[in-house]
Amino acid sequence: MILRRINWPLWVGLLLALAGFMSYFFIFVWFPFTRDFPWANFVLFVLAGVLLVMGLRRGFASDRPHPMRSKIISVLVSAVSFLVIGFFVFAYFVGGRMLPASKGAPQVGQRAPDFTLPDTTGKQVALNELMTAPVNGKAPRGVLLIFYRGYW
Amino acid sequence: MCNSELRGIEKSLDKLSEAGIRPVAISVDAPDVSRNLAQQQGYTFPLLSDQNVEVIHRYDLVHAGAGENGHDIARPAEFLLDSTGTVRWINLTENYFVRARPEQVLEVSKLLK
Repeated sequence: MILRRINWPLWVGLLLALAGFMSYFFIFVWFPFTRDFPWANFVLFVLAGVLLVMGLRRGFASDRPHPMRSKIISVLVSAVSFLVIGFFVFAYFVGGRMLPASKGAPQVGQRAPDFTLPDTTGKQVALNELMTAPVNGKAPRGVLLIFYRGYW
Repeated sequence: MCNSELRGIEKSLDKLSEAGIRPVAISVDAPDVSRNLAQQQGYTFPLLSDQNVEVIHRYDLVHAGAGENGHDIARPAEFLLDSTGTVRWINLTENYFVRARPEQVLEVSKLLK
């Protein structure tokens, strides 16, 4: 009885849209398989979309106890949900690509520019030392430089 | 995002060491910020501080104004150097959400002499 009165597809749709958004940053970002392309999130968004459309139809059905309220709520909730989905899609496909081209970065075959920088204890470390200090008891075969954004 | 990438490196550290590869991470964070990060996340490979964005600039990796309060920071990038300091592999991701995987590095490290 209560399930007939409540527009459950609408609210579940909203929850799924929010879950689809948040789960990327809390769960899926930790696995390269779901991080590099957020297909798991898109699955949740598709489910959310289906439920939201159902919720909208239900909100506009003629047998609702409060037709005006039902219409307004279903439009508002689905608008918020689709905005959340849209924001995520925009962030991934557009925002994520807003990176400098770095045309002047060292190319394969070139010598890597030298540097000396402090480590976490403040000790100055030169690239040359990183390339000569033993790894696993042997001279290193290579150094992997990882530039990251920081501030986390 | 960055932690996701660095955590992957930490998890693969044994395999990387076996292959003779030393990972080194560089950001604009101050040494004490990096120290907290390393302690919190259990990173045991070196984290270097380029607070003046000099080295990041030298490598043309500056992402202008993208940091906290509009500071310049590094865009994500990975370089594999051989023992002579020559670049053997680069990864300049086109999408912030897509990062190099340790398996990729292990694969290309086979090509090093």
